[in-house]
Amino acid sequence: MERRKLGRLVRPAIILSLVFLGTACAAHAPQDYLKNLAGSEARKANNLFVPVFWIAAFVFFFVEGLIVFAAVKFRDRAGREEPKQIHGNSALELTWTAIPALILAVVAVPTVLTIFSVAAKPGPNQVKIHVVGHQWWWEYQYLGTTPEVITANELVLPVNKPAYFTLDSVDVIHSFWVPKLAGKQDVVPGRTNTLEFTPFETGEYYGQCTEYCSLSHANMRLRVIVKTQADYDAWLREQQAPAAQPTTTEAQQGQQMFMSNICITCHTIAGTQAQGQLGPNLTHFASRGTFAGSMFDNMPGNVDRWIHETSLLKPGVIMPRFGCGQTNEPPYASMKCISDSDILAVVAYLESLK
Amino acid sequence: MATATVTRQPLFSRPRSSHKGVWSWITTVDHKRIGVLYGFTAFAFFLIGGFEALLIRAQLARPNGHVLNANQYDQVFTMHGLTMIFLVVMPLSAAFFNYLIPLMIGARDVAFPRLNAFSYWVFLFGGLFLYSSFLLGGAPNGGWFGYAPLSVQKVTGSVPFAHNMDYYAIGLIILGIASTVSAVNLVVTIINMRAPGMSFFRMPVFIWMALVVQLLLVFALPIVTIALFLLLFDRILGTSFYIASNGGDPVLWQHLFWLFGHPEVYILVLPAMGIVSEILPTFSRKPLFGYPVVVLSGIAIGFMGFGVWAHHMFATGLGPVANSAFAVSTMFIAVPTGVKIFNWLATMWGGRLRFDPPMLFAIGFVTMFVIGGLSGVTHALVPHDYQQTDTYYVVAHFHYVLFGGAIFGLFGGIYYWWPKIYGRKLSGKLGKWHFWLMLIGFNVTFGPFHILGLQGMPRRIYTYAPGMGWDFWNMVSTVGSFMIAGSILVFIYNAWHSRKYGEIAGNDPWDARTIEWMTSSPPPEHNFDQIPVVHALDDFWHKKYVEDKGGKLVPVPAGGENGHSEQAPEHEAGEHGGGHGIHLPSPSYMPILAAVGLPLIGYGLIYGFYISIVGGLILLGGLYGWAFEPGTE
Repeated sequence: MERRKLGRLVRPAIILSLVFLGTACAAHAPQDYLKNLAGSEARKANNLFVPVFWIAAFVFFFVEGLIVFAAVKFRDRAGREEPKQIHGNSALELTWTAIPALILAVVAVPTVLTIFSVAAKPGPNQVKIHVVGHQWWWEYQYLGTTPEVITANELVLPVNKPAYFTLDSVDVIHSFWVPKLAGKQDVVPGRTNTLEFTPFETGEYYGQCTEYCSLSHANMRLRVIVKTQADYDAWLREQQAPAAQPTTTEAQQGQQMFMSNICITCHTIAGTQAQGQLGPNLTHFASRGTFAGSMFDNMPGNVDRWIHETSLLKPGVIMPRFGCGQTNEPPYASMKCISDSDILAVVAYLESLK
Repeated sequence: MATATVTRQPLFSRPRSSHKGVWSWITTVDHKRIGVLYGFTAFAFFLIGGFEALLIRAQLARPNGHVLNANQYDQVFTMHGLTMIFLVVMPLSAAFFNYLIPLMIGARDVAFPRLNAFSYWVFLFGGLFLYSSFLLGGAPNGGWFGYAPLSVQKVTGSVPFAHNMDYYAIGLIILGIASTVSAVNLVVTIINMRAPGMSFFRMPVFIWMALVVQLLLVFALPIVTIALFLLLFDRILGTSFYIASNGGDPVLWQHLFWLFGHPEVYILVLPAMGIVSEILPTFSRKPLFGYPVVVLSGIAIGFMGFGVWAHHMFATGLGPVANSAFAVSTMFIAVPTGVKIFNWLATMWGGRLRFDPPMLFAIGFVTMFVIGGLSGVTHALVPHDYQQTDTYYVVAHFHYVLFGGAIFGLFGGIYYWWPKIYGRKLSGKLGKWHFWLMLIGFNVTFGPFHILGLQGMPRRIYTYAPGMGWDFWNMVSTVGSFMIAGSILVFIYNAWHSRKYGEIAGNDPWDARTIEWMTSSPPPEHNFDQIPVVHALDDFWHKKYVEDKGGKLVPVPAGGENGHSEQAPEHEAGEHGGGHGIHLPSPSYMPILAAVGLPLIGYGLIYGFYISIVGGLILLGGLYGWAFEPGTE
């Protein structure tokens, strides 16, 4: 009777958990690092993980199975005699010391080999990029390009060509991670870490900071856009061009607002008097698909809202809120706001910076 | 007790022994009462830390959650970690150590009873100091791991965090003092105060694990204390130990922190392993399988625990050679752990298993710990750890070790020794409800973390965008967390209910094996009317049962069960039963007085040195009184 009741519960439970698992596997997870891997180092890591996962799964079912079996088989029932008193068995204990040790020794070999295989090595024919972590955005300097291409949050790479990164931070520790392409590498101030991987497929890949860096750690996201070599070369040429001059009157008015406000103390727009270093380089702002640590799609409405509400959208950022009706904390408490129409003009200017 | 008339009041007098009222608790030096204080305080913090966990889960239940803002979330997750580690699992283990070590080794108290009280009060005030930060401008928000240079930053972005991490550094230093003092005390107790006949290899496994944990504390805590002092110097005095731009190194903090932090993991889980090693034999009615191997593997874990710290830093950039070395050492620490699992399994094998709540929680510990151990081995696959680290996969791992492991084991211990402490059992029926609800809730909460981690959800994020594929499992996890909360309510009701309606336990409700079950429940203040003489491992069991030639269990005929068949020589004990004439240390005001000084010194470091001077004088006064108060009342 009891058992039948249990059986009636077990079947729906199994079906339900299968449905759950199905949902999980079906979900589109752009930072999943088990499937659809597109980078050399991510694939190497996965090749190491998968066999060990199955070994672990086997050990799991074996050990848990024994425990459940023992719990059911040896439970106290009416008429069960007092058990035989067994104090130990050296041969058995030696066996279950040696076998796990042996399994681990076997696993250790490919682990060490892969550690050395994924270690970054500088070489010829690499795209070399210096990554700088800021609270809370990413800066990329394309080394060896003249004029040097500097961009933010969205990293553009050519397909099938090794990319070699040096990483540094201007404030606290961050960690640079694009799961589909490679494992993460901490970005430690005062210590230049390195990372190397080759993207094998074109496309857009998600990543984000994975070392806790306070308030907007969750908003320090990034994208990697892998292009064909031809597209990449074209992109690089566009980035090396000086900033576009605004053509519409609204954009020209926006440029004036930008240059006469405190914007220029933090942002650089190449070829203008805006040469600030604290915030992202905006020279080709409109060529990026996202902004503000890849939090938002780069659309005029979003940029407008960003300039109005800034730290309400991304806690902690040092950029003040320019919208009228917004209150700022010190040191911006006495700052004059910018009218809605002027902000719209600034947005028009920024969106003209292709 | 003696009430000699005093002609001249000495400078310091000691409070009278009494068993009632707040003052009797404040001045107590009885290890059992201190154990109870530790237990209740830790449980109170458990409820607070659990509430913080529910806030975290509520915030993350959906993308772009609005339960907490970023600033609040950072404080809550930091305090959740600090609370559960330093204010729950460590002191809950300390509660067991304090209450049980003297009883299990046949002593009347710990070696230094006043020092024991001092440890408790320092722990309590350290915890209160840490939590006072919520009212005084903001709690620590740099994570329990407090990575520099973030932990040195006083302005983050545009937001000032003047003192949050001062509370972290000072609070942990104070809590470290409590643990260090207690560790020294308990090491001395275990080594010197065992009953006649209790050689090291007749000690219960729980006592062995207690000894290993105390030694780990003695060696690990100074390291983090130094790290915290350097952090405090950087914050208060403007030094640059961790500031790269001035020649310091942020990675120094990581080495120091994890050189403490990894042994800390074993400090948290070994007590539960000791508890489980007592429960499984009792409820299987078989001796622990391979006692020497279980003990030695515990010692091995203790040693190896100091050689794996950099596996917390695989992505820091230590280079392939260091990473390989620590990968291998990390893999091999799984061996002694695995040995323990198999020995526990073999203990159950062929036994006569009774599924009272202590046994359920012990088996829950073993099954959940296996999962945590296996995911731990996958962390040692360094190139894949570059992917896993700082994702929810790691959060899943350590919750299976510290909740599925430590907390399940500790609850098993609570159900097991509750009747010894209060003389009444907790309800078995409610205990089963508690167990199953907690086991299911636990797996519903933390099982999905494996999937979320493998889907790339990072730790310590207060929010996430929709479309990352994380919505469903986060919601499931949040539902599970409230199931755990429900199970805790069942436990609280059970404890409350048992005060009046719990089954009267008697000395030995579980037909147990170790000598604490020989004395009454609750034990008298002097623990044993006569100190037992120990002839074997599981001495009490062997007083009750003998084995025939085939290893079959035969009850000792008359008089065996009451445990009074053999006693220490007369000069060891009082004239007769009842404990009259047994000298016990008197209560004292001094431990709490000295302990009050420490948080005041801490506040002074934040708000002005004059408070430190007051605190220092109180501490000195307390120690002075301690040294000069009369030996007895």
